[in-house]
Amino acid sequence: MANKISDETIEEVGILAKLELTEQEKKDAKADMEKMLDYIDTLNELDTEGIEPMSHVFPLNNVFREDIVTNGDGSLDTLANAPLKKDNSFKVPKTIG
Amino acid sequence: MAKQYETIIGLEVHVELATKTKIFCSCSTRFGGAPNTHTCPVCTGMPGSLPVLNKQVVEYAAAIALAAHCEITRECKFDRKNYFYPDNPQNYQISQLYLPIARNGYVEIGAGDTKKKIRIHEMHMEEDAGKLIHDEWDDTSLVDYNRSGVPLVEIVSEPDMRSADEVIAYLTKLKTMIQYLGASDCKLQEGSMRADVNLSVREAGAKELGTRTEMKNLNSFKAIARAIEGERARQIELLEAGRKVVQETRRWDDNKEASYAMRSKEDAKDYRYFPEPDLVPVVISGEWIDRIRKNQPEMRDEKLERYKKEFDIPQYDAEIITESKHMADIFEKAAALCGKPKKVSNWLMVETLRLLKEHEMEPEEISFSPEHLAELVTLTEEGAINSTVAKKVFEKIFAEDIEPAAYVEEQGLLNVNDEGELLKVLQKVIAENPQAVVDYKGGKEKALGALIGQTMKAMKGKADPGMVSKKLREYLQ
Repeated sequence: MANKISDETIEEVGILAKLELTEQEKKDAKADMEKMLDYIDTLNELDTEGIEPMSHVFPLNNVFREDIVTNGDGSLDTLANAPLKKDNSFKVPKTIG
Repeated sequence: MAKQYETIIGLEVHVELATKTKIFCSCSTRFGGAPNTHTCPVCTGMPGSLPVLNKQVVEYAAAIALAAHCEITRECKFDRKNYFYPDNPQNYQISQLYLPIARNGYVEIGAGDTKKKIRIHEMHMEEDAGKLIHDEWDDTSLVDYNRSGVPLVEIVSEPDMRSADEVIAYLTKLKTMIQYLGASDCKLQEGSMRADVNLSVREAGAKELGTRTEMKNLNSFKAIARAIEGERARQIELLEAGRKVVQETRRWDDNKEASYAMRSKEDAKDYRYFPEPDLVPVVISGEWIDRIRKNQPEMRDEKLERYKKEFDIPQYDAEIITESKHMADIFEKAAALCGKPKKVSNWLMVETLRLLKEHEMEPEEISFSPEHLAELVTLTEEGAINSTVAKKVFEKIFAEDIEPAAYVEEQGLLNVNDEGELLKVLQKVIAENPQAVVDYKGGKEKALGALIGQTMKAMKGKADPGMVSKKLREYLQ
């Protein structure tokens, strides 16, 4: 079954991802996403009646850390790849919350 | 007759937990470090890094949930909330949507006939975002990730509040409770407690809820009260004009006392939540819950009763002092040091409250040490300084936490207990005020007041007025 992705959906996903796409890119993205959804549809062929949904594949729980500070000043590494920096901070286009 | 409107308010309260490390990595949570010094690959979302949950976060969150009568979710999980913003380095926030740590609780506000339950819908654990600082110089934003990954608990209430007073009562109750648990310092000004207000209005008696707006950037109880009044009026005005309230997020500007629409609110589906694959479920056993319950410290109500019994403090005073854990701590330490609980309580109830009000401060912002308050009480009790001087010294303690004994010595504020000196001044005052002396001798009690005043002035306030009065009477016999 071929999934159809509407133009509106492509627009919306673009806005949420903060991406500006050309018409050609939108067309390509649409085709790719349709293919992905078709692939996911294969899973719908499985009978999942009575099976608990899971969020993790390992039979593990309660993996904890103790509340002890072991990290020191990480600013050099953190800022190492910053395209722009100022005052020990990442410099980004003006953003107001 | 004008239509009557009812205000419906629900709150989302974020509380920064008092852990030493962040929720998913071993970086420090300390407030105020140089930008990006408390960061590592995990809290800056570097590819390949893996989060590991801080156990203390679960302990604190569960303690708050139990104190707020919530049901603990025995198996809870984390989810990713996806959005793009520079303060969020992973492009998702690890939060809890499907199975939050607790649900269905309540806290009680008011007393007697006005007692009311505010229901809690759910409580979840999540990570805080970084901080954006606007750089005026070159019109850019600077990003500091020190706060990224600081643990938060979000407490979501039901829309059970009807006025600013109820909102503040609810917040005060939460704050006191959480401070007593030691789970957070809950400072609104510093942002360790933040409240978003969801508000709608409807005609009195209507069944359907109106369209609500969400207000952010409220960093004091006063701002919250003003924002609620402002938003209620704005919505009523729209409805009266036959217009609609738009569902949106608004930012309160307390200086302008007005709110502004922010970007239109993304829907829950826009966040494309999905289970966090890097973290395993948290299973909270019955034994664990029992242990947390058993370890809960003395809560406010117990403390209040103890103060009344142990120190003979009146109900009202005990209520005020115990409302803030910080104030209660100062009280207990100072009382133990000077052995005069009633006097300590008086300084807190009268001068401290007056100064807090004058400076628009919260009790948590009291910065003087109990040692200095205790010393002041002792100095006053010993008669080393009089009450007028003591008040002045207290203002200095309140503002700068000065050491009172050294300060009064330095400033020459100690009472002059030299009788010879006092007598000399008395004689001079009497000689200079013959009319007052005649009046007093003629039975005018008031005239004595004038003479005491003159004497105190001549002694630059450094005498005990009681002593001056006694000596004057003796002298004029």
